[in-house]
Amino acid sequence: MKALVLLSSLGVISLLAELFSFKKLLYPIVLLGLIATFIFNIQDWNVANNTFYNMLQFDNYAIAFSSVIILVAFLWFLMAEGFFKEETNMTDHYSLVLFALVGAVILVSYTNMTMLFLGIEILSIPMYILVGSSKNDLSSNEASFKYLIMGAFATGFLLFGIALIYGATGSFDLATIKTGISVQGATPTIFYVGMLMMLVGLSFKVSAVPFHFWAPDVYEGAPTVITAFMATIVKLAAFAAFLRLFDVTFFRVSASWMNIVWVLAALTMLVGNITAVFQTRTKRMLAYSSVAHAGYMLMALLAMNMYSNSAILFYGLAYSIGSIATFTIVSIVAEARGDDGIHAFNGLGKSNPLLAVVMSIALLSLAGIPPTAGFFAKYVIFTSSFLAGNVFLVGAAILASLIGVYYYFRLIIAMYFKEGNSEKINVEMNHKLLLIVVAIAIIALGIFPDFVIRLI
Amino acid sequence: MITLLLIFFPLLAALMLLFVKGEQVKKIALGATIVEFAITVMALLQYQQGNTTQFEVSYSWIKSLGINFHVGMDGISLLMVLLTTFLVPIIILTSFNKDYRNPSRFYSLVLAMQFALVGVFVSLDGFLFYIFWELALIPIYFICLLWGGENRARITFKFFVYTLTGSLMMLGAMIYLYLKTEGVHSFEIAALYKSGQGLDLIHQGYVFWAIFMAFAIKMPIFPFHTWQPDTYTVAPAQGTMLLAGIMLKMGTYGVIRWLLPIVPVGVASNANIAITLSVIGIVYASCIAIVQKDFKRLIAYSSIAHVGLISAGILACNVQGVQGGVIQMLSHGVNVVGLFFIVDILQKRYGTRDIASLGGIRNLNPQFAVLFLIVLLGSVALPLTNGFVGEFLLLNGVFQYGAWTAAIAGLSVILGAVYMLRSYQSIMLGETNSVTVSFAPLSSSEKAVLIILCAAILGFGVYPKPLLDIAGPSVEKLVDGVRLAMGK
Repeated sequence: MKALVLLSSLGVISLLAELFSFKKLLYPIVLLGLIATFIFNIQDWNVANNTFYNMLQFDNYAIAFSSVIILVAFLWFLMAEGFFKEETNMTDHYSLVLFALVGAVILVSYTNMTMLFLGIEILSIPMYILVGSSKNDLSSNEASFKYLIMGAFATGFLLFGIALIYGATGSFDLATIKTGISVQGATPTIFYVGMLMMLVGLSFKVSAVPFHFWAPDVYEGAPTVITAFMATIVKLAAFAAFLRLFDVTFFRVSASWMNIVWVLAALTMLVGNITAVFQTRTKRMLAYSSVAHAGYMLMALLAMNMYSNSAILFYGLAYSIGSIATFTIVSIVAEARGDDGIHAFNGLGKSNPLLAVVMSIALLSLAGIPPTAGFFAKYVIFTSSFLAGNVFLVGAAILASLIGVYYYFRLIIAMYFKEGNSEKINVEMNHKLLLIVVAIAIIALGIFPDFVIRLI
Repeated sequence: MITLLLIFFPLLAALMLLFVKGEQVKKIALGATIVEFAITVMALLQYQQGNTTQFEVSYSWIKSLGINFHVGMDGISLLMVLLTTFLVPIIILTSFNKDYRNPSRFYSLVLAMQFALVGVFVSLDGFLFYIFWELALIPIYFICLLWGGENRARITFKFFVYTLTGSLMMLGAMIYLYLKTEGVHSFEIAALYKSGQGLDLIHQGYVFWAIFMAFAIKMPIFPFHTWQPDTYTVAPAQGTMLLAGIMLKMGTYGVIRWLLPIVPVGVASNANIAITLSVIGIVYASCIAIVQKDFKRLIAYSSIAHVGLISAGILACNVQGVQGGVIQMLSHGVNVVGLFFIVDILQKRYGTRDIASLGGIRNLNPQFAVLFLIVLLGSVALPLTNGFVGEFLLLNGVFQYGAWTAAIAGLSVILGAVYMLRSYQSIMLGETNSVTVSFAPLSSSEKAVLIILCAAILGFGVYPKPLLDIAGPSVEKLVDGVRLAMGK
């Protein structure tokens, strides 16, 4: 609850910055504000409280996810300092990002369908604008437009689904819906239709195959920092929402959606990874890798056992910090060498050893090689899937991971093996610090995962 | 405590080395590995003769998932650690006449590799074992990628993916066993043994193949060996020595510790296929070795043949076989490092490894010829060398399993003699030719390495009792346990 209030106030403050001309101070204010939000947020730990007429619930699940989101947002701000240097739209950028965070926090704590809808919209509308924030770049505009159309389409599905479920159960409240469908067979057919439509809508948001077609174009067209934001925070929030809706509310009718999610998960992992192999531009490759990672998270969602929540939380965290590192480096390299093709990374191991080492650690984590966080994340997901009896899905995931290794290693090989531009890239001090912190975090989370796993 | 020291000392040294600049990196790395060897010797002195697991340390690591940091050593582990800590300083010493780019990184990776290898050999928790197992892959991958020869990107990548595939299958099997443990799930070795032995015949078979695949690729066993000759050839000399001398033993050690006792019934019903593959590998690799022109590649293939015999002996699952396997792992480690070093010496002097183009070196440097001959005789298992002890026990073990199998496996000794002696003849004997006009005298570090290795080969060949005594009781206990569970 406190997180919501604080984030919204931060958003409003940043709008006022233009008026009262303290724009220069805004960056430290936002960073401190995020730290304060994080601290106030975890104070609610173990004190489940409901707000807004029981439409939001800040239980441990919500607090764990929102804390991770705020943490990742903090790292993201460190990465994105350059994005806020532009004079004309600076305050808009701040407030849009902060309001998107508000949407993300609502998405992890809703207990009512209306709040789900509000959360998705509050998260998405700033994103539509931010994706198009390189106003003079044609591909950024195109991405924004594409994202808007696709997003609106998905929201339409979601809303239609909510309406049908309301028709079937007479309520927006998740608990009421849950009790309403407790008797198998007593639920009308429109309920199932509604549920499927919601599944489609949410699959769009987490970019699960075959609803992923927007993702590569949008990820590639958007400014790199915004791509990082979408790949991390938006995905985390959408998964938390997905999980709460399907694993908790629709648990009793799981037999009717499990097979669909099974296929979605397998397709997402395989198609995402296989398509990524053929990409020659890093941003687009990371976009497909992001699609693939959604597949692994769907596996945990499908398992519906004691590991599922912590598996998705841990996977989301591991994947997010790995992505922050890779996107930071991609944006640095792309800016310095004027190109984000894989060949732009040639010889990076010689010219910038720090960038190359951190990139390698992050890529090893994304590929799931021990002792990184990414390995442990995959391990928990495999375990929970195994426990749920999805042995073939684990087999598909193993195959997909091997394919993943192929394209992640292409970058490592380019950095260390290929001769290339030996000119040293200048890296700002704060980026260096961020990268070192993130690299340590990736390894630390891989070696001591327990304190995150135990959370929920 | 001493186990923790053994594991983490190399890691600390590796991290420290990253900050050392210039020439003294080699010396510091050598010093650190000698200290590590001294620690092993201390452990050896403290080791109480018997079949118990000693120097045990166990901490709760990931409590919510029942994963412990549990390490300890019985006789088998101790010998493997001894092999690792003995060979790494020697491998570092072999590089004393070489100048690698970025030496601090190179030696740091070698020490990181040692850290992971020691970890593999002392882990008593399935998850920990898997972590170390994978961890060993990363330094060697980078050693080969950064300092390797032609075409290395493609070849080392094939190696990486191959081994990773096997590892992931093992991980799957481990998770399966973990979820079958009773009560609070646990990766403790005892719990995994129990859950594996509780499975029915068919499921033990699945688990057997999933885990065996990981080990078979690492060793490698025919037909999973295709990554090996290329990788050995393309890797830098020290990388090849690490791969063949120690890393290969991860696979054979894995079979002893993490396969036989986990699925004894699965072994009993599936081992015949695995043994057949191993034996095919022996003959196949030996035949290919005979026609090799490149000496390094020849040794790579001979390594497949040797490891095939080790694997067959272990899978036969009797005391002699497993005992022989353990002993032969040590011998093969020493011999193969010696052989690859000789390749390196020749290549540095003549710029070629082509067997046919060399000749007559014995006339130029009789001392080198003698040392080479001793290493070579160890490798072809002449009595009174270390190779003989292991191969004799192994063939004895395989014979108990099946006389015909032993007869075919025994070809490894004969064919080994053929390709080894033939290449010795071609390289060392005869008249010098245009390539081998002169032979730069052995440097002191080269001499030191060869003399230490030869001393080990002969000393251990003449008096193998101390090592047999360390391995014996632990092997008996393990094999008895397995045979009991097999119902034999």
